[in-house]
Amino acid sequence: MTTTETELKALMLTSLSGDATAHRALLDGLSRRLRAYYKSRLARFGRGTIEAEDLVQEAVLAIHLKRHTYDPAEPLTAWVHAIARYKLIDFLRRTRKSISDVPIEEADSVMAHDDNVDVESTFDLRQLMQRLPVKMRCPIQAVKLEGRSVAEAARLCSISESAVKVNIHRGLKALAVLIARETPS
Amino acid sequence: MKTEDLVAFLSTNTEPVDRRATTRKLSLALAAGIAVALVIAPVALGVRPDLITARALVFLVVKLAFAIAIVAGAWIYLVRLARPGGEQKVSSFPIAVPFLAIVLLAAIGLWFEPTSHWDKMILGDQWLECLLSIPTIAIVPFAGAIWAMRQAAPTNLVRAGAFAGLAGGAVSAIGYTLHCTDDSLPFIAVWYGGTIVLCTLAGAALGPRLLRW
Repeated sequence: MTTTETELKALMLTSLSGDATAHRALLDGLSRRLRAYYKSRLARFGRGTIEAEDLVQEAVLAIHLKRHTYDPAEPLTAWVHAIARYKLIDFLRRTRKSISDVPIEEADSVMAHDDNVDVESTFDLRQLMQRLPVKMRCPIQAVKLEGRSVAEAARLCSISESAVKVNIHRGLKALAVLIARETPS
Repeated sequence: MKTEDLVAFLSTNTEPVDRRATTRKLSLALAAGIAVALVIAPVALGVRPDLITARALVFLVVKLAFAIAIVAGAWIYLVRLARPGGEQKVSSFPIAVPFLAIVLLAAIGLWFEPTSHWDKMILGDQWLECLLSIPTIAIVPFAGAIWAMRQAAPTNLVRAGAFAGLAGGAVSAIGYTLHCTDDSLPFIAVWYGGTIVLCTLAGAALGPRLLRW
Protein backbone atom coordinates (compact mmCIF):
# COMPACT_ATOMS: atom_id res chain seq x y z
CA MET A 1 0.00 0.00 0.00
CA THR A 2 2.84 2.40 0.79
CA THR A 3 4.40 1.92 -2.65
CA THR A 4 1.01 2.42 -4.22
CA GLU A 5 0.46 5.58 -2.23
CA THR A 6 3.90 6.92 -3.11
CA GLU A 7 3.61 6.04 -6.80
CA LEU A 8 0.09 7.34 -7.24
CA LYS A 9 0.80 10.50 -5.30
CA ALA A 10 3.83 11.22 -7.48
CA LEU A 11 1.64 10.74 -10.56
CA MET A 12 -1.01 13.02 -9.06
CA LEU A 13 1.46 15.83 -8.40
CA THR A 14 2.86 15.58 -11.94
CA SER A 15 -0.64 15.42 -13.36
CA LEU A 16 -1.69 18.55 -11.45
CA SER A 17 1.08 20.49 -13.19
CA GLY A 18 -0.57 19.65 -16.52
CA ASP A 19 1.22 16.44 -17.59
CA ALA A 20 -1.23 14.42 -19.71
CA THR A 21 0.79 11.18 -19.59
CA ALA A 22 0.91 11.22 -15.79
CA HIS A 23 -2.78 12.08 -15.68
CA ARG A 24 -3.61 9.10 -17.86
CA ALA A 25 -1.45 6.74 -15.79
CA LEU A 26 -3.04 8.08 -12.62
CA LEU A 27 -6.65 7.70 -13.79
CA ASP A 28 -5.83 4.27 -15.20
CA GLY A 29 -4.27 3.11 -11.92
CA LEU A 30 -7.10 4.56 -9.86
CA SER A 31 -9.82 3.10 -12.06
CA ARG A 32 -8.45 -0.42 -11.46
CA ARG A 33 -8.65 0.17 -7.74
CA LEU A 34 -12.07 1.78 -7.92
CA ARG A 35 -13.35 -1.24 -9.86
CA ALA A 36 -12.29 -3.63 -7.08
CA TYR A 37 -13.73 -1.30 -4.45
CA TYR A 38 -17.14 -0.84 -6.08
CA LYS A 39 -17.48 -4.50 -7.07
CA SER A 40 -16.95 -5.65 -3.51
CA ARG A 41 -19.26 -2.97 -2.08
CA LEU A 42 -22.07 -3.46 -4.60
CA ALA A 43 -21.93 -7.25 -4.24
CA ARG A 44 -23.50 -6.78 -0.81
CA PHE A 45 -26.51 -5.14 -2.42
CA GLY A 46 -26.81 -7.74 -5.15
CA ARG A 47 -25.61 -5.26 -7.76
CA GLY A 48 -23.53 -6.40 -10.68
CA THR A 49 -20.36 -5.67 -12.55
CA ILE A 50 -21.94 -3.21 -14.96
CA GLU A 51 -23.29 -1.00 -12.20
CA ALA A 52 -19.86 -1.13 -10.58
CA GLU A 53 -18.38 0.05 -13.88
CA ASP A 54 -20.90 2.92 -14.01
CA LEU A 55 -19.73 3.97 -10.57
CA VAL A 56 -16.06 3.61 -11.53
CA GLN A 57 -16.64 6.05 -14.37
CA GLU A 58 -18.61 8.46 -12.23
CA ALA A 59 -15.77 8.45 -9.70
CA VAL A 60 -13.07 8.82 -12.37
CA LEU A 61 -14.92 11.81 -13.80
CA ALA A 62 -15.31 13.28 -10.30
CA ILE A 63 -11.60 12.78 -9.56
CA HIS A 64 -10.76 14.52 -12.82
CA LEU A 65 -13.14 17.44 -12.21
CA LYS A 66 -12.26 17.88 -8.54
CA ARG A 67 -8.52 17.27 -8.71
CA HIS A 68 -7.84 20.87 -7.68
CA THR A 69 -9.18 20.01 -4.21
CA TYR A 70 -6.34 17.60 -3.48
CA ASP A 71 -4.03 18.89 -0.77
CA PRO A 72 -0.50 17.46 -1.29
CA ALA A 73 0.07 17.59 2.49
CA GLU A 74 -2.47 14.74 2.81
CA PRO A 75 -2.22 11.14 1.57
CA LEU A 76 -3.76 10.63 -1.86
CA THR A 77 -5.37 7.38 -0.70
CA ALA A 78 -7.54 9.20 1.84
CA TRP A 79 -8.64 11.77 -0.74
CA VAL A 80 -9.55 9.12 -3.33
CA HIS A 81 -11.33 7.04 -0.72
CA ALA A 82 -13.43 9.99 0.42
CA ILE A 83 -14.56 10.64 -3.17
CA ALA A 84 -15.17 6.94 -3.88
CA ARG A 85 -17.28 6.55 -0.75
CA TYR A 86 -19.18 9.80 -1.37
CA LYS A 87 -20.10 8.58 -4.86
CA LEU A 88 -21.09 5.16 -3.51
CA ILE A 89 -23.43 6.67 -0.92
CA ASP A 90 -24.83 9.08 -3.50
CA PHE A 91 -25.46 6.17 -5.86
CA LEU A 92 -27.19 4.08 -3.19
CA ARG A 93 -29.33 7.03 -2.14
CA ARG A 94 -30.26 7.75 -5.74
CA THR A 95 -31.19 4.16 -6.37
CA ARG A 96 -33.14 4.09 -3.11
CA LYS A 97 -31.09 1.50 -1.32
CA SER A 98 -30.42 1.72 2.35
CA ILE A 99 -27.16 3.43 3.19
CA SER A 100 -27.14 2.25 6.76
CA ASP A 101 -25.51 -0.91 5.44
CA VAL A 102 -22.42 0.92 4.25
CA PRO A 103 -19.86 -0.04 6.88
CA ILE A 104 -17.15 2.16 8.29
CA GLU A 105 -14.05 1.54 6.21
CA GLU A 106 -10.34 2.02 6.25
CA ALA A 107 -9.03 4.30 3.50
CA ASP A 108 -6.80 1.42 2.32
CA SER A 109 -9.87 -0.49 1.21
CA VAL A 110 -9.85 1.61 -1.93
CA MET A 111 -6.43 0.30 -2.92
CA ALA A 112 -7.07 -3.29 -4.05
CA HIS A 113 -6.79 -4.02 -7.81
CA ASP A 114 -9.30 -5.24 -10.37
CA ASP A 115 -7.86 -5.26 -13.88
CA ASN A 116 -10.94 -6.47 -15.70
CA VAL A 117 -10.86 -3.55 -18.15
CA ASP A 118 -13.21 -5.01 -20.75
CA VAL A 119 -16.42 -4.27 -18.91
CA GLU A 120 -18.52 -1.58 -20.52
CA SER A 121 -20.59 0.86 -18.52
CA THR A 122 -24.12 1.77 -19.56
CA PHE A 123 -22.99 5.22 -20.70
CA ASP A 124 -22.30 6.16 -24.28
CA LEU A 125 -20.00 9.15 -24.28
CA ARG A 126 -20.77 10.26 -27.83
CA GLN A 127 -24.49 9.95 -27.26
CA LEU A 128 -24.30 11.94 -24.01
CA MET A 129 -22.22 14.57 -25.81
CA GLN A 130 -25.11 15.18 -28.23
CA ARG A 131 -27.12 16.46 -25.29
CA LEU A 132 -24.62 19.19 -24.46
CA PRO A 133 -25.13 22.69 -25.85
CA VAL A 134 -23.05 23.24 -28.97
CA LYS A 135 -20.73 25.82 -27.34
CA MET A 136 -19.58 23.06 -24.96
CA ARG A 137 -19.76 20.18 -27.41
CA CYS A 138 -17.63 21.85 -30.08
CA PRO A 139 -14.51 22.51 -27.91
CA ILE A 140 -14.79 19.11 -26.15
CA GLN A 141 -15.04 17.37 -29.50
CA ALA A 142 -12.02 19.25 -30.84
CA VAL A 143 -9.72 19.11 -27.81
CA LYS A 144 -10.69 15.95 -25.97
CA LEU A 145 -11.78 13.63 -28.79
CA GLU A 146 -9.75 14.86 -31.76
CA GLY A 147 -6.73 15.94 -29.71
CA ARG A 148 -6.50 19.43 -31.22
CA SER A 149 -4.80 22.28 -29.39
CA VAL A 150 -6.80 24.91 -27.52
CA ALA A 151 -5.83 27.51 -30.14
CA GLU A 152 -7.10 25.31 -32.98
CA ALA A 153 -10.31 24.60 -31.11
CA ALA A 154 -10.83 28.32 -30.55
CA ARG A 155 -10.61 28.93 -34.30
CA LEU A 156 -12.76 25.94 -35.15
CA CYS A 157 -15.54 26.84 -32.71
CA SER A 158 -15.08 30.60 -33.21
CA ILE A 159 -14.73 31.37 -29.51
CA SER A 160 -11.77 32.69 -27.51
CA GLU A 161 -9.11 30.37 -26.09
CA SER A 162 -10.20 31.06 -22.52
CA ALA A 163 -13.80 30.30 -23.53
CA VAL A 164 -12.57 26.96 -24.91
CA LYS A 165 -11.06 26.06 -21.53
CA VAL A 166 -14.07 27.26 -19.53
CA ASN A 167 -16.56 25.50 -21.80
CA ILE A 168 -14.62 22.23 -21.71
CA HIS A 169 -14.70 22.33 -17.91
CA ARG A 170 -18.42 23.22 -17.84
CA GLY A 171 -19.15 20.58 -20.45
CA LEU A 172 -17.41 17.85 -18.44
CA LYS A 173 -19.37 18.93 -15.37
CA ALA A 174 -22.58 18.75 -17.38
CA LEU A 175 -21.57 15.26 -18.56
CA ALA A 176 -21.04 14.22 -14.94
CA VAL A 177 -24.57 15.38 -14.13
CA LEU A 178 -26.00 13.53 -17.16
CA ILE A 179 -24.13 10.36 -16.14
CA ALA A 180 -25.49 10.56 -12.60
CA ARG A 181 -29.00 10.98 -13.98
CA GLU A 182 -28.60 8.14 -16.50
CA THR A 183 -27.76 5.54 -13.87
CA PRO A 184 -30.52 2.94 -14.03
CA SER A 185 -32.34 2.68 -10.73
CA MET B 1 -18.27 2.90 -22.83
CA LYS B 2 -15.11 1.29 -21.49
CA THR B 3 -13.40 3.04 -18.60
CA GLU B 4 -10.12 3.19 -20.50
CA ASP B 5 -11.86 5.19 -23.23
CA LEU B 6 -13.11 7.64 -20.62
CA VAL B 7 -9.60 7.86 -19.13
CA ALA B 8 -8.11 8.52 -22.58
CA PHE B 9 -10.79 11.14 -23.25
CA LEU B 10 -10.15 12.94 -19.96
CA SER B 11 -6.35 12.78 -20.34
CA THR B 12 -6.20 14.34 -23.78
CA ASN B 13 -4.71 17.85 -23.61
CA THR B 14 -5.02 18.40 -19.86
CA GLU B 15 -4.35 21.81 -18.38
CA PRO B 16 -2.31 22.58 -15.25
CA VAL B 17 -4.55 22.87 -12.20
CA ASP B 18 -4.67 25.76 -9.73
CA ARG B 19 -4.46 24.05 -6.35
CA ARG B 20 -5.07 27.25 -4.41
CA ALA B 21 -8.38 27.92 -6.16
CA THR B 22 -10.52 26.51 -3.34
CA THR B 23 -9.03 28.66 -0.60
CA ARG B 24 -8.96 31.72 -2.85
CA LYS B 25 -12.60 31.40 -3.86
CA LEU B 26 -13.75 30.94 -0.27
CA SER B 27 -11.78 34.01 0.83
CA LEU B 28 -13.14 35.99 -2.09
CA ALA B 29 -16.71 34.92 -1.32
CA LEU B 30 -16.48 35.91 2.35
CA ALA B 31 -14.70 39.20 1.62
CA ALA B 32 -17.31 40.12 -1.00
CA GLY B 33 -20.05 39.10 1.45
CA ILE B 34 -18.63 41.41 4.13
CA ALA B 35 -18.42 44.29 1.64
CA VAL B 36 -22.03 43.74 0.56
CA ALA B 37 -23.30 43.44 4.14
CA LEU B 38 -21.50 46.66 5.10
CA VAL B 39 -23.35 48.42 2.27
CA ILE B 40 -26.81 46.80 2.53
CA ALA B 41 -27.31 47.29 6.26
CA PRO B 42 -26.57 51.05 6.36
CA VAL B 43 -28.42 51.71 3.07
CA ALA B 44 -31.51 49.67 3.87
CA LEU B 45 -31.70 50.31 7.62
CA GLY B 46 -29.55 53.41 8.18
CA VAL B 47 -26.45 53.95 10.32
CA ARG B 48 -27.08 54.42 14.04
CA PRO B 49 -27.05 58.19 14.73
CA ASP B 50 -24.83 57.99 17.83
CA LEU B 51 -22.15 55.86 16.14
CA ILE B 52 -19.20 58.00 17.24
CA THR B 53 -20.07 58.28 20.93
CA ALA B 54 -17.78 56.34 23.28
CA ARG B 55 -20.46 53.98 24.58
CA ALA B 56 -21.67 53.12 21.09
CA LEU B 57 -18.11 52.48 19.93
CA VAL B 58 -17.37 50.14 22.82
CA PHE B 59 -20.40 48.00 21.98
CA LEU B 60 -19.65 48.23 18.27
CA VAL B 61 -16.24 46.73 19.01
CA VAL B 62 -17.76 43.93 21.14
CA LYS B 63 -20.32 43.07 18.45
CA LEU B 64 -17.70 43.17 15.72
CA ALA B 65 -15.24 41.05 17.72
CA PHE B 66 -17.97 38.43 18.23
CA ALA B 67 -19.00 38.38 14.57
CA ILE B 68 -15.45 38.53 13.16
CA ALA B 69 -14.28 35.69 15.43
CA ILE B 70 -17.09 33.54 14.03
CA VAL B 71 -16.38 34.49 10.41
CA ALA B 72 -12.69 33.69 10.86
CA GLY B 73 -13.50 30.36 12.49
CA ALA B 74 -16.08 29.50 9.82
CA TRP B 75 -13.55 30.30 7.09
CA ILE B 76 -11.02 27.86 8.58
CA TYR B 77 -13.66 25.13 8.78
CA LEU B 78 -14.96 25.78 5.27
CA VAL B 79 -11.46 25.51 3.80
CA ARG B 80 -11.15 22.05 5.37
CA LEU B 81 -14.70 20.88 4.67
CA ALA B 82 -14.30 21.89 1.01
CA ARG B 83 -11.94 18.96 0.44
CA PRO B 84 -13.02 15.31 0.21
CA GLY B 85 -12.65 13.67 3.61
CA GLY B 86 -11.95 17.05 5.25
CA GLU B 87 -14.72 16.50 7.80
CA GLN B 88 -12.73 13.68 9.38
CA LYS B 89 -10.02 16.08 10.44
CA VAL B 90 -12.12 18.69 12.23
CA SER B 91 -13.82 18.74 15.57
CA SER B 92 -16.66 21.25 15.60
CA PHE B 93 -16.13 22.30 19.20
CA PRO B 94 -13.73 25.29 18.80
CA ILE B 95 -16.34 27.21 16.81
CA ALA B 96 -18.54 27.23 19.92
CA VAL B 97 -15.94 29.31 21.80
CA PRO B 98 -17.16 32.77 20.66
CA PHE B 99 -20.74 31.75 21.54
CA LEU B 100 -19.75 30.47 24.98
CA ALA B 101 -17.71 33.62 25.58
CA ILE B 102 -20.61 35.96 24.76
CA VAL B 103 -23.06 33.92 26.85
CA LEU B 104 -20.63 34.02 29.76
CA LEU B 105 -20.18 37.80 29.41
CA ALA B 106 -23.97 38.21 29.18
CA ALA B 107 -24.47 36.17 32.35
CA ILE B 108 -21.90 38.29 34.18
CA GLY B 109 -23.63 41.43 32.89
CA LEU B 110 -27.00 40.24 34.19
CA TRP B 111 -25.49 39.23 37.54
CA PHE B 112 -24.56 42.83 38.31
CA GLU B 113 -27.94 44.28 37.38
CA PRO B 114 -31.22 44.12 39.30
CA THR B 115 -33.70 41.69 37.80
CA SER B 116 -36.05 44.58 36.97
CA HIS B 117 -33.56 45.64 34.26
CA TRP B 118 -33.27 42.20 32.72
CA ASP B 119 -36.21 42.55 30.33
CA LYS B 120 -34.81 45.71 28.83
CA MET B 121 -31.28 44.26 28.66
CA ILE B 122 -32.36 41.10 26.89
CA LEU B 123 -35.06 42.42 24.60
CA GLY B 124 -33.57 45.85 23.89
CA ASP B 125 -35.63 48.12 21.63
CA GLN B 126 -35.27 46.26 18.37
CA TRP B 127 -35.06 42.52 19.01
CA LEU B 128 -37.57 41.76 16.28
CA GLU B 129 -35.70 43.87 13.74
CA CYS B 130 -32.45 42.10 14.66
CA LEU B 131 -34.16 38.71 14.39
CA LEU B 132 -35.38 39.52 10.88
CA SER B 133 -32.47 41.58 9.54
CA ILE B 134 -29.52 39.28 10.23
CA PRO B 135 -30.98 36.21 8.50
CA THR B 136 -32.28 38.31 5.60
CA ILE B 137 -28.97 40.04 4.92
CA ALA B 138 -27.24 36.67 5.45
CA ILE B 139 -28.76 35.32 2.23
CA VAL B 140 -26.13 37.19 0.16
CA PRO B 141 -22.96 35.99 1.96
CA PHE B 142 -24.50 32.51 2.34
CA ALA B 143 -25.01 32.33 -1.42
CA GLY B 144 -21.37 33.38 -1.88
CA ALA B 145 -20.07 30.69 0.46
CA ILE B 146 -22.24 28.07 -1.25
CA TRP B 147 -20.95 29.20 -4.65
CA ALA B 148 -17.36 28.72 -3.48
CA MET B 149 -18.11 25.34 -1.88
CA ARG B 150 -19.81 24.12 -5.06
CA GLN B 151 -16.55 24.60 -6.97
CA ALA B 152 -14.89 22.36 -4.40
CA ALA B 153 -15.80 18.82 -3.28
CA PRO B 154 -17.28 18.65 0.23
CA THR B 155 -18.18 15.10 1.26
CA ASN B 156 -20.21 16.00 4.34
CA LEU B 157 -22.90 18.22 2.91
CA VAL B 158 -24.79 18.84 6.17
CA ARG B 159 -21.72 20.16 7.92
CA ALA B 160 -20.48 22.09 4.89
CA GLY B 161 -23.92 23.70 4.60
CA ALA B 162 -24.02 24.46 8.33
CA PHE B 163 -20.68 26.26 8.21
CA ALA B 164 -21.73 28.18 5.09
CA GLY B 165 -24.83 29.26 7.04
CA LEU B 166 -22.73 30.16 10.07
CA ALA B 167 -20.41 32.27 7.91
CA GLY B 168 -23.41 33.92 6.22
CA GLY B 169 -25.06 34.81 9.54
CA ALA B 170 -21.88 36.20 11.07
CA VAL B 171 -20.97 38.21 7.95
CA SER B 172 -24.48 39.64 7.98
CA ALA B 173 -24.10 40.54 11.68
CA ILE B 174 -20.94 42.53 10.82
CA GLY B 175 -23.05 44.77 8.58
CA TYR B 176 -25.94 44.95 11.04
CA THR B 177 -23.68 46.28 13.84
CA LEU B 178 -23.54 49.64 12.03
CA HIS B 179 -27.31 50.03 12.45
CA CYS B 180 -28.11 48.27 15.72
CA THR B 181 -28.56 50.60 18.72
CA ASP B 182 -29.15 47.91 21.33
CA ASP B 183 -26.08 48.02 23.53
CA SER B 184 -26.14 45.23 26.07
CA LEU B 185 -24.26 41.96 26.33
CA PRO B 186 -27.39 39.83 26.91
CA PHE B 187 -28.94 41.35 23.76
CA ILE B 188 -25.85 40.45 21.72
CA ALA B 189 -25.80 36.94 23.15
CA VAL B 190 -29.47 36.22 22.49
CA TRP B 191 -30.22 38.08 19.28
CA TYR B 192 -26.86 38.08 17.50
CA GLY B 193 -25.87 34.63 18.77
CA GLY B 194 -29.39 33.24 18.29
CA THR B 195 -29.89 34.48 14.73
CA ILE B 196 -26.45 33.25 13.70
CA VAL B 197 -27.32 29.81 15.11
CA LEU B 198 -30.57 29.99 13.16
CA CYS B 199 -28.63 30.68 9.95
CA THR B 200 -26.39 27.72 10.76
CA LEU B 201 -29.38 25.39 11.11
CA ALA B 202 -30.86 26.68 7.85
CA GLY B 203 -27.51 26.06 6.15
CA ALA B 204 -27.35 22.52 7.52
CA ALA B 205 -30.84 21.83 6.17
CA LEU B 206 -30.06 23.30 2.73
CA GLY B 207 -26.52 21.87 2.39
CA PRO B 208 -27.38 18.44 0.98
CA ARG B 209 -29.60 20.01 -1.69
CA LEU B 210 -27.33 22.91 -2.65
CA LEU B 211 -23.92 21.26 -2.45
CA ARG B 212 -24.46 17.87 -4.08
CA TRP B 213 -21.97 17.02 -6.82
